[in-house]
Amino acid sequence: MKNETMIEQLKTIIKPYVENEEQWNNLNDETDFIKDLDINSANLVDIVLDIEDAFEIEIDNDAMEKMLNVKASIEVIKQKIAEK
Amino acid sequence: MTSEEIIAQLPYGDDFCFVDELTHLSLDKIEGNYRFKETEYFYKSHFKNNPITPGVILTECMAQIGLVCFGIYLMAEDTTALRIVMTSTDIEFIKPVYPKEQVKVKAKKMYYRFHKLKCEVKMYNEKDEIVAKGILAGMLIK
Repeated sequence: MKNETMIEQLKTIIKPYVENEEQWNNLNDETDFIKDLDINSANLVDIVLDIEDAFEIEIDNDAMEKMLNVKASIEVIKQKIAEK
Repeated sequence: MTSEEIIAQLPYGDDFCFVDELTHLSLDKIEGNYRFKETEYFYKSHFKNNPITPGVILTECMAQIGLVCFGIYLMAEDTTALRIVMTSTDIEFIKPVYPKEQVKVKAKKMYYRFHKLKCEVKMYNEKDEIVAKGILAGMLIK
């Protein structure tokens, strides 16, 4: 799966949790979920659970802790897909 | 862990503790109850000459049993530095609760992952009528 496709899929997953549409539109590799999107840690858990469902992967605690921005999340998703 | 051991670990002062006992404890669900005293401080003003338990207090009671007591139970190994922060509430109120009424709270775990506990919580009165229901979530932080 291409990075762009993944980012698009990720954007769709994140949308319900983002208050500010402009921030969401500007989402890129470096976007930090907590700092840039004002997502709290509880919603971040829900995003990770939605990612698990969407990509049919299982994310462990160590991987979850890395998923703080778009780039790192894509890395984790790719790695988990490869491990399947 | 027993009901008494969990209640002893609650971080609330006397006038803000809304748990009397826990009657069921398991990994999937928790049940407990609380009897609202006639002397609770909020009855004096909510409302003037017409005491009714505020919805926020019913929510607090549901959260103390369904998130905090449940969280302490689920983290049983080590709760010394545990902090539980409520992160979302979505509660409907169906019937009023008056002074001296006992309420029963039943919480079912939806999931507990990455330190987040999310539960479906229902509150019943002594006639077993549902008085409030909804979904609560919190983070268990060490």
